[in-house]
Amino acid sequence: MAEKIKFTIDGKECYAEQGQTILAAALDNGVYIPSLCYLKDLIPAGSCRICNVKVSGRFMTACTTPVNDGMEVENNTPELEELRKSIVEMLFVSGNHFCPACEKSGNCELQALAYKYQMMVPRFPYIFPEKEVDPSSPKLFIERNRCILCKRCIRSIKDESGKSLFAFKKRGNKLMINLDHELAATMTDEMAEEAMEICPVGSILRKEKGFDQPIGHRKFDKQAIGSDIKSVI
Amino acid sequence: MRNAVQNILKKFGNDRGRLMDILKGVQSELGFVNEEAKKLIAEGLDMSYVDVEQTLSFYHFFTDSSRGKYTVYLNNSAVAEMMGRSDVAAAFEREAGCKFGSVTEDGLIGLYDTSCIGMNDQEPAAIINGKVFTNLTSYDVKDLVAAMRSGKVVSDLITKYGDGKNSDGLIKAMVANNIRKSGDVLLTSHKAGEGMVKALDMEPAEVVDIVKASYLRGRGGAGFPTGLKWDFCRKSNGEVNFVLCNCDEGEPGTFKERILLTEYPELVFEGMIIAGYAIEAQEGILYLREEYEYMLAYLEAVLKGMRENNLLGENILGKGFNYDIRIQLGAGAYVCGEESALIESCEGKRGEPRNRPPFPVQKGYMQQPSVVNNAETLASVVKILKNGADWYTMRGSRESTGTKLLSVSGDCKYPGVYEIEWGIRVRDILDMAGADDVQAVQVGGPSGECIGPKEFKRTICFEDLPTGGSIIIIGNKRNLIKDVVLNFIDFFIEESCGSCAPCRTLPPIMKNRLEKILNGHGVMQDVKDLEQWGAKMKMANRCGLGQTAANPILSTIRNFREKYEELIRKDVDFDSGFDLAAAVADSCEYVGRKPNL
Repeated sequence: MAEKIKFTIDGKECYAEQGQTILAAALDNGVYIPSLCYLKDLIPAGSCRICNVKVSGRFMTACTTPVNDGMEVENNTPELEELRKSIVEMLFVSGNHFCPACEKSGNCELQALAYKYQMMVPRFPYIFPEKEVDPSSPKLFIERNRCILCKRCIRSIKDESGKSLFAFKKRGNKLMINLDHELAATMTDEMAEEAMEICPVGSILRKEKGFDQPIGHRKFDKQAIGSDIKSVI
Repeated sequence: MRNAVQNILKKFGNDRGRLMDILKGVQSELGFVNEEAKKLIAEGLDMSYVDVEQTLSFYHFFTDSSRGKYTVYLNNSAVAEMMGRSDVAAAFEREAGCKFGSVTEDGLIGLYDTSCIGMNDQEPAAIINGKVFTNLTSYDVKDLVAAMRSGKVVSDLITKYGDGKNSDGLIKAMVANNIRKSGDVLLTSHKAGEGMVKALDMEPAEVVDIVKASYLRGRGGAGFPTGLKWDFCRKSNGEVNFVLCNCDEGEPGTFKERILLTEYPELVFEGMIIAGYAIEAQEGILYLREEYEYMLAYLEAVLKGMRENNLLGENILGKGFNYDIRIQLGAGAYVCGEESALIESCEGKRGEPRNRPPFPVQKGYMQQPSVVNNAETLASVVKILKNGADWYTMRGSRESTGTKLLSVSGDCKYPGVYEIEWGIRVRDILDMAGADDVQAVQVGGPSGECIGPKEFKRTICFEDLPTGGSIIIIGNKRNLIKDVVLNFIDFFIEESCGSCAPCRTLPPIMKNRLEKILNGHGVMQDVKDLEQWGAKMKMANRCGLGQTAANPILSTIRNFREKYEELIRKDVDFDSGFDLAAAVADSCEYVGRKPNL
């Protein structure tokens, strides 16, 4: 087995595999670094910016930065937590999020982070942008009002030949997620299920199907996000 | 259509990596890339339709519907506005009979805004069907639109060509060079091959050593030591290395690469050859912003000439070195000036900056070690090789050696390009440019620093005020916040790639808050909010664009705080910004009632 690298997170001694990112290593060491766009086994996007940590006085995203030997990572500091809270707030005001009416309520990672940061109301003014929904494919409903553009669907949902079913369209504050209609028509039930599953919010919804779990009994209704992370090292 | 698209696909070997060229080719042929064309391209490249659309919809100059037989892109930079852009825009709308952002009903003329096109020294300026029109007036617009209605070819609308190579048969542009001051490094006579002959007689590592010894730093603005960058690339152990030359000067107020490419293209290409030799590459790519497409045929001809003289190609000058250069055209995206976004664009993707590490010198173009250098950096390398590192370090300041090209524009008598030695005082630039009555100078473009008279003694160099070259002079007659800061924020909103949450979200929010202040509803808390939000932009974004997008606001709050204080209300701590009287004005007028508030 390859030699492990030693590093610290907020002073706690941690170990990482060579080439492992700060975020992945932190999870293995039982340390929670809040994140939204990160998903295990996917190429990191580094786009939500919530996993920002500080190393040698510099901000960097934990999901994209490999651990170096002896690295001292700041994670749970007032400065970083304030930054993360404000990014959560930005995501709320830049979309149209009405949790009580959302199919994903209780399983939504954005909502769970808002709970974590005790966000009563975002400190940024609401934008109330106009977003287009896309109900046209047989198995999925694309609810862009809730999309946080994390790219999880772009990175993970591909057909057999490796073609992406999802992609970005436009740029800047007009950026949106786009579903390939031709490929979506051939989607299997499993793929559609997976797409809904990997979406951290309620933006990709499975058609032809009701609720499995009632609201109040879902993942983050019972436990805070990140509270289930245990050391595997 | 099928045949046209398939021929273009074939021309580029059905290579996904050449999607930019394929889209450009299809658009040149059809005027747009519509659904059918997108489908054919997706089919031909064996990729999904949405992936084609992802690249297409990212770039400002690509379109999926017709933008008119004549498409007018009128620059909306702050300096264009200062020079009378709004009159010209109004004239276009009046004469054409449609609003900006739309096409006339008969489909003849389309009017569109566009970010700085590199003509700040001759504004207002527009690109019409790829041709540049400068110093526009309302009268010109009348003639132009009349000519369009009579069906004239756009190139025939240019009545007078600019100086130097602008009148070359392959350029034929009305653009003026406006070279105001030449130094003895860049804007001076050059005999093709002088630098590379010396380089090819050395070992590649020796070439790197000389560049290191010259202390040359990247001229795009960030100032990374060039020799070190090459060294890192050499040590990366890739299969094949690449040189990429950045000619995507999108920072508003920058136009020095326009001069280099018009008058000294051999110098830039030769720098690319030397870099290629030093890092042992076989291919170089010059990324040319679409705004400079008017020079493309000319640049291709220069490359052809260099191939004929064996400065490019196989066994260059008999030294056993094989190397060639291709030009990659952009399609309108400021962010592609960021080196990793530029690489993405060269690979046919949306120009989204990559996460680092890995750095481009480790994994760049095609995941291979790549050096991305600014055109001015590479041009400087040629003279360093020709004259030696010692000769070069005699110029400039301690940490910023050599000379720098400044693009000076705004409220001055002599806008244009100046080759100066690093370390020059801002005040001396203003004197040279014939600028008096100056309120502020924007150093380094919108992403740089806005300074006032108290700081005009400061110097242009990496130790003090670094710049990629943009110097915008703002006279006392301007409303700094309304005419300049607001325009810059609009620029960053337009040009964000949208990937990072803060860069996508905060600038529009900050703009609203700035407008609230300008509308007389601002309070002290609004200024504090802007400062705090701006600080978050710096902390949280991935690339230089996002990290600096709040700079127009932050640097003016820092250096011109009194201008904000003049605008805000002192009598209250809170103002919602909502104007009830204005909100009900229309309905009151309709029913003939006075608002009873």
